[in-house]
Amino acid sequence: MISNSLPQSLIDNPLLSQWIAFDEPGRVRVGSGRVEIGQGIVTALAQIAAEELDVTFGQVNLVSGQTDFSPNEGFTSGSYSIAIGGASIRLVCAEVRSLFLERAAEKLGCKANELSIEDGRFFRAGKDTGMDYWAIAGDVALDRRASGTAPTKLPSSYRVVGKNIPRVDLPAKVAGAAFIHDIVAENVLHARVLRQPWRGARLVALDESAVRKAAKAPIEILREGNFVAFMADAEINVMRAAEAARSVARWEGGEPLPDNAGTPDWLKAQVARDRTVETGLKGRTEGKVFSARYSRPFLTYGSIGTACALAQFQDGALKVWSHTQGPAVVREWLARALSLKASQVSVFHRQGAGAYGHNTADDAAFDASFIALRHPGRTVRVQWSREDEFSGAPLSTAMAIELRAVLDHDNKPADWTIEIWSPPHAQRPGYNGNSNFAGAEALPNAPPLNEVGDVPDERGGGATRNAYAIYDLPRHRLIHHMLPKVPLRTSSLRGLGAWANVFAIESFMDELAERAGEDPVTYRLSLLSDPRPRRVVETVAQMSGWFESKTLGEGRAHGFGFARYKNIAAFAAVVVEIEVDEEICLKRVWCAADAGLVITPDGARNQIEGGIIMGASFAMKEQIRFKDGRIAAAGWDDYPILRFSEVPEIDIRLIDAPNEAALGLGETSVGPTCAAIGNAVARALGKRIRDMPLTRERIMTTLLAE
Amino acid sequence: MSKGCDLVVNGRSVHVDADEATPLLAVLRDELNLRGTRFGCGTEQCGTCMVLIDGVPDFACTRTVESAAGKSVTTIEGLACNGALHPLQQAFLDEQAGQCGYCLSGILISAAALLERNKRPSRAEIVEALDKHLCRCGMHNRVIRAVQRASAAMAGAAA
Repeated sequence: MISNSLPQSLIDNPLLSQWIAFDEPGRVRVGSGRVEIGQGIVTALAQIAAEELDVTFGQVNLVSGQTDFSPNEGFTSGSYSIAIGGASIRLVCAEVRSLFLERAAEKLGCKANELSIEDGRFFRAGKDTGMDYWAIAGDVALDRRASGTAPTKLPSSYRVVGKNIPRVDLPAKVAGAAFIHDIVAENVLHARVLRQPWRGARLVALDESAVRKAAKAPIEILREGNFVAFMADAEINVMRAAEAARSVARWEGGEPLPDNAGTPDWLKAQVARDRTVETGLKGRTEGKVFSARYSRPFLTYGSIGTACALAQFQDGALKVWSHTQGPAVVREWLARALSLKASQVSVFHRQGAGAYGHNTADDAAFDASFIALRHPGRTVRVQWSREDEFSGAPLSTAMAIELRAVLDHDNKPADWTIEIWSPPHAQRPGYNGNSNFAGAEALPNAPPLNEVGDVPDERGGGATRNAYAIYDLPRHRLIHHMLPKVPLRTSSLRGLGAWANVFAIESFMDELAERAGEDPVTYRLSLLSDPRPRRVVETVAQMSGWFESKTLGEGRAHGFGFARYKNIAAFAAVVVEIEVDEEICLKRVWCAADAGLVITPDGARNQIEGGIIMGASFAMKEQIRFKDGRIAAAGWDDYPILRFSEVPEIDIRLIDAPNEAALGLGETSVGPTCAAIGNAVARALGKRIRDMPLTRERIMTTLLAE
Repeated sequence: MSKGCDLVVNGRSVHVDADEATPLLAVLRDELNLRGTRFGCGTEQCGTCMVLIDGVPDFACTRTVESAAGKSVTTIEGLACNGALHPLQQAFLDEQAGQCGYCLSGILISAAALLERNKRPSRAEIVEALDKHLCRCGMHNRVIRAVQRASAAMAGAAA
C-alpha cells in the first residue's frame, strides 16, 4: 500500500510554492533538492511530476539543486531520492492539480469532477475548455502548506510512471561538453590547492621558487596556515605548480597513519564508544556455539572525474557552482566556514562525474569559495588532481565484524550476536557540527573538531546499516564499537556499512547451512517466513538454476547473497557463478529485486547492474593502503577497479509490485553481490576467505594454509 | 622560429600558440574550446581523454601538442557528421548506455576506431578495444551492447 503521510522533505519544505511554479508559458517548474549524480534521478522525478499533473514529460522543467529555487532536501544519499523526494513531488503535484481543478470549475461554473486535464489543458466532457494551468496560475495561491491529502493517481492508470523515458541528461553526454568541468567562464582564475598529506599536518617548508619555475608562467601563491593555493590565468600552469609543490613540500606533526591502519587488529586497538542493543527473547540460550570473523578495508569512492568547482564573489554575494550532493547544506556550511551569512551564498548544482558517496566535490567548493573571497570579481575555478583525489578524499572506513550463533537442535540460530568495530560512515559538511571541508581544516585558527558520531540506527545507521539480519532470529544482540578518534575523514560510500555487514551475515549463513548439512538457499528459506523476501530469493534461485546445478566442476561454483537494503528499502538476491584459479573470474550474475513501484524500469536495471559491478569490484579488488603516514595510492594502478575484461554478463529481474511503495534501490545490490562472491569462492576452494578484498594474494595464502 | 604548431582538428586546420610541451588535452579544452575530451587522471590510466590521432586512439593527457603537429586529431565533437549523430552516439542513446557519462567521450572514440577497422567485432573484441577505459558506474554491458547495435546499424546502412 502506498502511504500518503507527509514525507520528510515535505515537512522540511512545507509550502507548495517551494516545489512548483507556472512561471513559463507551457512549462511547469518543479523543484527538487535531489541532484543528478549519474543515477537518472532528474528523469525519474520529472516522470512523477508529469504523471500527477497530467502534463507531458516534456512540459516539466525539473530544477534540481539550485539553492535559490529548489527545496532544501539535504544530501542526495541513502537511496531516499525516490522514496522521500519523489513521494514529496507526487503529493505536491497531486494537490496542485486538485487546487487548479477547483479553481477552473469555479470559473466554468461546473464541478471539479466534471473536468479532466490533458497535456496541461483542461477538458469538460471531452471538450477543450480553452483553459490551462498557465491561464489560471495567477488565481491559485501556492504559498500554502501542503496537506498531503489530495487524491493521487492509481498505479493502474499511470501513463508516464513505469515507462522507460530516456534519460534527459544523456544526449549532451554522448556529444561533448556536459559537466561542471566544461563551463566556460568569463574572467576565470584557475587555481590548484596543495593538500595536507594527513590530518593536522603542518607545512614546514615549501620551495616556492621551485614551484614557480615548474609552473612555466607567472603564478600567484596564496598561503594561509597550511592552506596553499596556486593561481594563474591558464590551468596548465597551476597544474604544473601543484604537481611540483606536492613533491617539494615538507610536512610535520599531525596524525600520520601506521601501515597497518584498517586491519582488524588495528581497529580493535582504537578508542571505542560501545553500546549493546538486545532484541527478541531475553536471557541466554545454551547450545553449540559457532562464530566467525570478517573484515573489509578502507576504500575510496573513485569517481572517474576529479572534483571541480567555480566560485565568484561580487558585491557581497558569493555564487558557487558545484557537483555537491547537498547544495543547500553546503551553502549553509560554506557561509559558516567563511564567516558569511547564508543569504549571501547561492549554490548552483552542476553535474560532475558519478558520485557514489561523500567525495571531494564539497572540498572543491570550499577551495574555490575561499580563493574567490580574496579575488572579488574573478570566477575562480578549482579542479583536483587524480593524486589528490586518492590522497585527499574522505575514505570509506574499514570494519571488523564478528558473528556468533548459538544453535538449537535443528542447527538453527537460537541466539545471534553481531559485533562491529568501525569509525563512523558519515562526515559530510555539517555532520557533528563540523564543516568537514578539507581546506577549512588547513587554515590558521581552524575551529577544533567536535567528536564524531555515526549515523543513528533510526536513520539507517552507518556501521550498523544492515547489521540486523533479515532472518527469523528469536534473540538478537548488536554490539557496536564506534571508533570516534580515528584521524581520518571516514565518510559515506554507497551503502555505508551495509555491504560489509551483508557480506558477513550472508557468509555466516552459508557457514551455518554447511554445518547443518543443508543447501544454503534452503537453509535461508527455513528462516524467512515473510512471503515478500521469500519470493525474491526463490526468483533468483529459479533464474540461475540454483537447485539444478549444485556442482559445476573443478574450481567453479555458484554463490548466493541476499539482503533488504537498510531493512526498509529494496530487496535484492544475487547468484554469481565464478571460476577460481589463482584469481577469481566472475562468469555470470543473476539478480532478482523487489523495489515496489518502479518509476523508470530501465533506470532501475541500470542502477542495480551498476551496484553489482561496484560490489564485485569492492569484494574482489579494492583496498586503500597506507605508507609513510599517508594514503599509498596516486593513481588507478595503485587502486585497481573492475574493468571491461572482468565484467560478467548480468541478468536482472525486477519483481512486479506496482501497488507497493517505491523503495530506494540504488544501493541494494552491492551487499548481496559481495556476499555471493564470497560464498562462491568458499564453495569453489573448499576454504573460506573472510577478509575483503578476495585478491589473488589472499587466495594463495588461504590455499597454502592447508 | 614561430611559436606553437599546426594541426588538423576535426577536419579543420588550426594553429595553436601553446608551448610545445603543453598536453594536447589542455590545448583541446582550453585553447580550442573542445571540452568533450576529459581530464581523468593525467597518466593514461583511465581513458577519459582518448582522441584519434591519424585515426588511432591515443591519450590526449600525456601526448604533447608538439607530438600531434601536422597530424589529424578527432575528438568527440568530430564524431557527428553534418549535425547528425554518429551511429555509435545514437546507439548509446538507444541502449541508454550511460550513468554519469564522464567516461563516454573516450569510450566512443575508441569504439569508433574499432568499428573503423573491424565492422562486426565480437564481444571479446569490443572488450579488448575498451579495456583501457575505466567506468565506475558499471554500465560496461550496456556499452558493449551499444557498440554491437551501432555495428549492426552501420552494416545495415552500408548494405
